[in-house]
Formats: sequence, C-alpha cells, structure tokens
Amino acid sequence: MIELLTQHPIIAALLALVSLSLLFGGVLGFAAVRFKVEGDPIVDQIDALLPQTQCGQCGHPGCRPYAQSIANGEAINKCPPGGQSTINAIADLLDVEAPTLDAEHGEESDVATVAFIREDECIGCTKCIQACPMDAILGAAKQMHTVIADECTGCDLCVEPCPVDCIDMVPLATSIADWKWELPPSSKEQAISLIVTDQRGQLEHTGEAA
Amino acid sequence: MTDFAVILLSTILVNNFVLVQFLGLCPFMGVSNKLETAIGMSGATTFVLTLASICSYLVHNYILAPLELEYLRTIAFILVIAVVVQFAKMFIEKTSPLLYRVLGVFLPLITTNCAVLGVALQNTTKAHSFLESTLFGFGAALGFSLVLVLFSAMRERLAVADVPTPFKGAAIGMITAGLMSLAFMGFSGLA
Repeated sequence: MIELLTQHPIIAALLALVSLSLLFGGVLGFAAVRFKVEGDPIVDQIDALLPQTQCGQCGHPGCRPYAQSIANGEAINKCPPGGQSTINAIADLLDVEAPTLDAEHGEESDVATVAFIREDECIGCTKCIQACPMDAILGAAKQMHTVIADECTGCDLCVEPCPVDCIDMVPLATSIADWKWELPPSSKEQAISLIVTDQRGQLEHTGEAA
Repeated sequence: MTDFAVILLSTILVNNFVLVQFLGLCPFMGVSNKLETAIGMSGATTFVLTLASICSYLVHNYILAPLELEYLRTIAFILVIAVVVQFAKMFIEKTSPLLYRVLGVFLPLITTNCAVLGVALQNTTKAHSFLESTLFGFGAALGFSLVLVLFSAMRERLAVADVPTPFKGAAIGMITAGLMSLAFMGFSGLA
C-alpha cells in the first residue's frame, strides 16, 4: 500500500484530497445537526424589532402575534408606537419597500410618554384597568387607581375609556438608562465654531466683524 | 517565552497583516462603517484565523508532508479555510442570531479574506511549530481586529466631518487607511 503510494504520487494526492474532503464533510454534517437552529428565526427577528408595547393598535393581541402574521405576509405599517423607524427596520429585514404608517391604526408620537392618573379626580371605575394591555394600572372598584410608570408603555389605550378624563399622557423624562450621547453637529457650523480663523472669516462675510 | 512574545508583537504591530502586508483589505474597507459590526467581524475573524491556522498546520504536517504532497498545500488550505468558515457560520447562527444578521454576507466572505490564506502559507514557509503557528494566527487576528476597530472608529467620525466633496465616502477612507499604514510603518525595527 505504502509502496503503491510512493510509486504513484498522483494516487497519493488524489487519496489525500478525497479523504480530507470526506473528513471535512463529516465534520460539517455533524455541525449542521449539532448547531441546528430551531423555530422560525424570522418571527423572532421581527418580534425583536417591534417595540414590545403590547398595545394592540395593530389589531393583534400583542407584538409577537403581529410578528407572526407579518411573517405570514401581513402589512408591516400597522405599528404606531414603533413609528416609521420600526417600519424601515422591518422593511430592511424582509427586503421590501418601506411603506408609510397606516393612519387607520394611530399616529406616531415623537416623544415617549407615560400615563398619569390625576388621583383626586379618579372615581374608581376600573375601566382603564380593563383597557391596559400591560396590567400597569393598579386599583380596585371605587378605589383610586394609579399607574405603575415602569410598566406603562405609553400606548394611550387607557385614555379613551376614562369617563372623567383624568388620565394624562406626560412626556417621559430622560433618565440615565435612556440618555443618549448626541453626535457632533455635522459639517460647516461645527468646523466654523471650532476654528477661530474660520469664525472670523464667517463674520467678515456676513459683515458683522466691525 | 520571549519567542512567543516576539511573534505576537510582530504580527500585531510590526508586520501587521492589513496595514504593512496589505492582506485582507476587503473586509477592512467593507465592514468598517460601523464600530459595532467591526467588533463583530473582528470576533468572527479571530475565531476563524486561529482555528484555520491550527487546522492547516495539522493538515500540512500530518497529511501533506509525510506523503510528500507539499505542492498541494494551497488547495488543501483553501479547503480547510472554507470548512472552518462554514463551521464558524453555523456556530454563530446558533449562538448569536443578532451577530449573524449584523455580519450578513461578510461572514462567508471571510473565506476569501486573503489574510487567512496568507497566515496559513506563511506558517509553512517560516516552518513554525504548532504553538508558533497558533500564536501567529492569533496574533494576525488580533492585529486585524486592532486596525479594523481603530479604522471604524475613525470612519464614524469621518461620517460627520466636513470633507471636501471630491473626497467624500470611500476616497477619504482610502486616504485614512494610507495614513494609518504610514503610521504603522513606524513600528518596523521594534522587533
């Protein structure tokens, strides 16, 4: 056997490459079984992009069911809390054109809000508790209700049922958890404000140097 | 011990694969737009480069050398690298779907990263031992990660900088890469 290999290097070469390929094929086959991805990753990915407000404004009971039906071909523009950025992200993921938000399902708000109950006006009717998809409102019949601010996703669903209109949507204050570093202002203004000689030139141009 | 330190130092800084030997330039330009993807790419490349240099050392010394088939090493190494990349792809898809999506097409493209083949081939020409080969691959990957992360941080700044119109985009990227390469030339003579 060894003699044959040394006398015919071409056979040795063929044998070596073929056995290498077989070995690697075996390893990859094993890895394919061992590292098999279970479930439908696309639903998980869409679900991760949705804002998880569970607000139901899309007509589904929550974000995951909506992700499920997007994967089955439903329109992607039914999520007001996520707004245009979420639509763009999902369109990017699914490689489709990004539509604008469907006004039928609500409007996008720029600032994150949280519900606040004016407690001395609350009559304790429990209607907002039934409306809340997140169980973020605490209270009992004929007792004052209050909102657990950490749980509230700002979906507005409790505002409508309130018979005495004592629920306000207040803008969320920036906290350490959601504070973002602002990018430096782009292009010219920044350069001008940084470089003293440019600043002078700018002033001369606008005639304010004197 | 000092030998190993010298190998690491030389592959990371002095003979940096990207900026001094100009290998693996496509991911260097392609994935450096965002720091986050650059770090992910660095991780994946480190994994692949180290594993590929170990595997190609084993293949070369225990299969090709005894059969006197050294002339087949290029094709054998390409086979090894392709398998390691495919393995890494499956591994990342399982362990981190997010990183898998961020890396996207660049993950299979590690196969064609010439630095990976370059490391394997240089290991055989320099007749490195097993440990030396491993360190050489790992050092090359660290060097690649270092410049990729540095470069992507710079490109994030460049994206908001006031660059003259003709130099916008890839052009200023190339110039920056050239300047970085000049700076890395300064390390020659260190080891």
